[in-house]
Amino acid sequence: MSNIFFSHAFRFVGLVFLQILIFNNINLFGYLNPYPYIAFVFLFPFKKERSALLILSFLIGLTIDFFTDSGGIHAASTLFIAYFRLYFVRLILRKSEFEYYTFQITSISVDKVLMYFFVLILIHHFMMFSLEFFDIQSIFEILKRTLLSTIFTFLVTIFGYFILVSKSK
Amino acid sequence: MQQIINFLIRNRYLLLFLLLEIIALFFVIQSHSYHKSKFISSSNSIVGGIYTKTNNISNYFSLAKENHQLAEENTNLRNLLARRNSTIDSVIHKVTDTIYHQEYHYITAKIINNSYAKRNNYLTINKGLKHGIHKDMGVILPNGIVGVIQDVSQNFATILSLLNENSKINVGVKNNNHFGTLAWNGKSYEEAQLLDFPRRAALKIGDTIVTGGKSVLFPEGIPVGIIKSLNLRNNYYENITITLLTDMSNLGYVYVVNNIDKKEIENLEKKHE
Repeated sequence: MSNIFFSHAFRFVGLVFLQILIFNNINLFGYLNPYPYIAFVFLFPFKKERSALLILSFLIGLTIDFFTDSGGIHAASTLFIAYFRLYFVRLILRKSEFEYYTFQITSISVDKVLMYFFVLILIHHFMMFSLEFFDIQSIFEILKRTLLSTIFTFLVTIFGYFILVSKSK
Repeated sequence: MQQIINFLIRNRYLLLFLLLEIIALFFVIQSHSYHKSKFISSSNSIVGGIYTKTNNISNYFSLAKENHQLAEENTNLRNLLARRNSTIDSVIHKVTDTIYHQEYHYITAKIINNSYAKRNNYLTINKGLKHGIHKDMGVILPNGIVGVIQDVSQNFATILSLLNENSKINVGVKNNNHFGTLAWNGKSYEEAQLLDFPRRAALKIGDTIVTGGKSVLFPEGIPVGIIKSLNLRNNYYENITITLLTDMSNLGYVYVVNNIDKKEIENLEKKHE
């Protein structure tokens, strides 16, 4: 129990620090940053009890918001994908309610994992940039940044995933 | 009653989600309105402390640039001083100026967190209430302006960057008394836009834009940028773009401007409202 707790706490703190110290300062082409901290949501174990996931996702977003003075945009969008994660798992991975307890992300095929990552990143980024700009006239700027950042986050996330997560299990 | 409890239990995740989402959206909306102190701010001691630690390391990479900037500013100040001395030399008697009155006081601060690539950018500095920093003070560089102090804690403060939708700074044209507003459209951190300039201001490409005297935040006449392009339609200026003189992506030390007369001026102006 405490082992699992510590590994989650470690992942939480580690992802926050990587995000604020490294990934927030990349500014590729002057404005592009990846947001791989949301991997916390992807990798959180699938359990029937979901309040821990919701609260922790909200908190990790809020922590990023504190560091970047961004109001609550990260908290809102990270919480959003944390809540709807379940439905995408059902859709993409075709897992039913029974399999939660035994289900592990490392046990499913790579293309489905990538699909699962990509869709959640896309939703998160679209929501985040919409809330950041908060202006319907900037829709093209929002879409452009969503798309480019999604690709960037996706590449960083799968790179980290295949090095750190899938091999260690 | 039983049914209500059952309903709550059945939908507890949805309700938890909605509750937290509403809190987050409340913070988002709060962040889009100016003149409200924010709860979510990097001016608090934990975030500021972490940024100070990491900044101590990254500091070393910009030392050469900082030195160069300081040397250049010293030269400018020396030249200013030299000009002054020569005028005093030519006057033989000593002048006791009873009208002399210091209007501004500057506080040096170090940028410990900088952002310039988002729609709404904020910066964090390593000085706060303890050092005499308060909300709504201007922040400048030797060669331009940075923004206005937004939230302050004991040891840290955040700056509302001029690269922010809520930033509206009074500016004017050098050598002429027409005023307008400096705003930012969120596109490039090297450029900003001018609004509300009257037709009679007779702007030209290449004109220098300086801080205006109408604002109590900045001393008058600090260079801000150079007009890059403008359109004239129906006798109104449209899309005036200026190139900023400050490189907002690369900031080290800044000066916070304390206008000593600010309270007095604001109290006077309030009487007319």
